[in-house]
Amino acid sequence: MALFQIAEPGQSAAPHRHRLAVGIDLGTTNSLVATVRSGIPTVLGDEQGRPLMPSIVRYLPGGAVEVGYAAQSRQVEDPKNCLASVKRFMGRGLRDVAYIENSPYDFVDAPGMVQLRTVAGVKSPVEVSAEILKALRRRAELSLAGDLAGAVITVPAYFDDAQRQATKDAARLAGLNVLRLLNEPTAAAVAYGLENASEGLYAVFDLGGGTFDISILRLSRGVFEVLATSGDAALGGDDFDHRVFCWALEEAKLPPLPPRDTRMLQLKSREAKEALALHGEAPLTAKLSSGEFIDLRLTTETFCRITQNLVHKTLGPTRKALRDAGLAVEDIKGVVMVGGATRMPQLQRAVAEFFGRDPLNNLDPDKVVALGAAMQANVLAGNQPEGGDWLLLDVIPLSLGIETMGGLVERIVPRNSTIPTARAQEFTTFKDGQTAMSIHVVQGERELVSDCRSLARFELRGIPPLAAGGARIRVGFQVDADGLLSVSAREQSTGLESSISVKPSYGLGDSDIERMLRDSFEHAREDMHARALREHRVEGERLAGAVRGALAADGGLLAPEERGEIDRLLAALEAALPGDDARAIKRAAEALNRATGSFAARRMDEGVKRALAGRSIANLDL
Amino acid sequence: MTNHFELFGLAPSFALDAGALDRAFRELQAQVHPDRFAQAGDAERRASMQWSTRANEAYRLLRDPVERARYLLELHGVDTGFDTDTAMPGDFLARQIELREALEEAKHKRDVAALEAMKRGLAASSRALQAELASRIDRAQDYAGATGAVRQLQFLKRLAEEVDAAGDFD
Ligand SMILES: Nc1ncnc2c1ncn2[C@@H]1O[C@H](COP(=O)(O)OP(=O)(O)OP(=O)(O)O)[C@@H](O)[C@H]1O
Ligand SMILES: [Mg+2]
Repeated sequence: MALFQIAEPGQSAAPHRHRLAVGIDLGTTNSLVATVRSGIPTVLGDEQGRPLMPSIVRYLPGGAVEVGYAAQSRQVEDPKNCLASVKRFMGRGLRDVAYIENSPYDFVDAPGMVQLRTVAGVKSPVEVSAEILKALRRRAELSLAGDLAGAVITVPAYFDDAQRQATKDAARLAGLNVLRLLNEPTAAAVAYGLENASEGLYAVFDLGGGTFDISILRLSRGVFEVLATSGDAALGGDDFDHRVFCWALEEAKLPPLPPRDTRMLQLKSREAKEALALHGEAPLTAKLSSGEFIDLRLTTETFCRITQNLVHKTLGPTRKALRDAGLAVEDIKGVVMVGGATRMPQLQRAVAEFFGRDPLNNLDPDKVVALGAAMQANVLAGNQPEGGDWLLLDVIPLSLGIETMGGLVERIVPRNSTIPTARAQEFTTFKDGQTAMSIHVVQGERELVSDCRSLARFELRGIPPLAAGGARIRVGFQVDADGLLSVSAREQSTGLESSISVKPSYGLGDSDIERMLRDSFEHAREDMHARALREHRVEGERLAGAVRGALAADGGLLAPEERGEIDRLLAALEAALPGDDARAIKRAAEALNRATGSFAARRMDEGVKRALAGRSIANLDL
Repeated sequence: MTNHFELFGLAPSFALDAGALDRAFRELQAQVHPDRFAQAGDAERRASMQWSTRANEAYRLLRDPVERARYLLELHGVDTGFDTDTAMPGDFLARQIELREALEEAKHKRDVAALEAMKRGLAASSRALQAELASRIDRAQDYAGATGAVRQLQFLKRLAEEVDAAGDFD
């Protein structure tokens, strides 16, 4: 595709130093790590060359962990401590967990997020995910032979704020510098679009192990613009497995099973399901701990019948995404299929029928998300992408609002708003002399607060006592490029300003993360100081590089004294970097950061002017 | 502060070249988007987030005919009075009531064809109103006289959204 030219983007990596950056697909069933090597995106395999890593963590007594295939092979023998599909629990309470009765886990209800009791203690889904991320980080550092500058982590597009925040926390816990949270279908669109030089309107249909996303994108001259997204954060291959499992229980007339048998039968159900993609029939045989044999045959016909409504459940969101994008099925040029569960023939048929065209299956549905994330990580790390620049414009999947009188939701940021975005709304007091206001932030599409997800509650105090309706409180929502929300509230009818700014948190505060870091098996052995030094160095090097690049590109915007000051502070930072005083590096970086504030603003103005100068007045319609 | 039209280097007019707006938006985002500043200092990253947010907001507003018209009137000091309930022409209101009844019935009967027909009808009325707005705002510069049409367009937009939502039977 024709790519736009950019004079001098804000990134300014030193020309030859390639920064090591990876894309991570943290999947419900399988996780992958990929990087761009010599311009080519590649999945990094394990020592045996296996690209996927099962998203399973086994906790052993004493706190040691096994991750991936090692944990997978112990599932039947140790079902309580082999944690699979924890992505479904991220940012979720106990009430939200599906099929709890058939789950071998020992759930602990905790505020904000459900937790799991193992032999090594109670674990949050964030900690479990962090183990998967750590294993992938080690894999990447081994095969790339160096420290990672950063990672792009993918999340389902339909993940809400709580689920996104939990994912980011897990990455922090794994010691990763998160360059961006990227929506899975958008990552797939990048990999697909760049590979095939696609232009036009595309749908990405992503059905994985635990989540379903549908995104509609416009690909045009190097810009990937998400027009709308929809989905179901609790619909995936796991649900198809569960249907087969329930069918097997019923066919074999089995009583409720002990955890081991449950786990085994679930695994057998999945095997049978996957085998059906190639054969019309699949055996489902097992020997239970009671000694009883199960010997069933799953036919395609039975499978289609028992999963018909799951397939149907993907079409509602698909219709909604098209509608929100203001498009009809005929407008869509191609439907890109992503995720292992799209291998099911009946799903392929349903999608083909809905769109009136055969879906596109020419990329590996398991790898495409990780590859796209790697491409994005490469760009964000400041490495020049092969084949020119490109840009992603993404959206938030669910509306954000606050609770008003009567338990109703006042929508502030509508779904499918392009991010970053900021919106504000004014509210007023409803009682005479009211001096505090409690603000309840919710996410979802329904009218009633009780039908939406509660994200945060906070209080604005110090409102001057006025008659009801006298105070004016402005509530502002800012959603950043990761799709994460921060909220501020400000009383503005009088000079006496009271304001507050919060980021929703879900049972995990910064101090919890610190504690988990300290407690974690790996870091107990690692020198905390060495870790801090490494972090400050990476950060300091990034800043020094950025300032050098900015000076080279736009140094002319500075007055001589300003230039002198920045040069001096830059030299000071560069002098501190090789040393091993972490605090000195941090201080030098902070000073340089402060001194370059107004320079940054001026450069941005220049960038905007440049964008406008590219157009001729002649083609403006006056 | 530059206004939204200036931000994209476009002449302030109701009849807008959608392609030119799209191009200008993408070119601007290519310069200011946070992804371009992932390796920059904190100050630059903050500025990038603000500019990118601003570009998104301006684009959203200018792309939408109702918002664009309101914004143009506002630039000329005319309040469209969406919050106050000024009277609408009687025949327009009567037509709205009819359409709403038809919508309820189609919803109740799950009559997809009727919904489609309503959608087409609303689109046609909306086009006619937009032509009227272009002539009043761009040619006659009769800003105060345009408020009625803007409000009617807003009514149609809401109704069209409801018709769309009514199509989700599951
Ligand atoms: N041949 C097949 N037939 C049916 N299902 C399959 C087949 N191969 C893989 N699957 C299913 O695909 C799912 C895993 O897909 P994938 O690896 O894309 O998910 P994930 O990325 O881990 O999950 P998510 O994206 O939802 O977080 C599993 O449910 C698996 O059973
Ligand atoms: Mg996936």
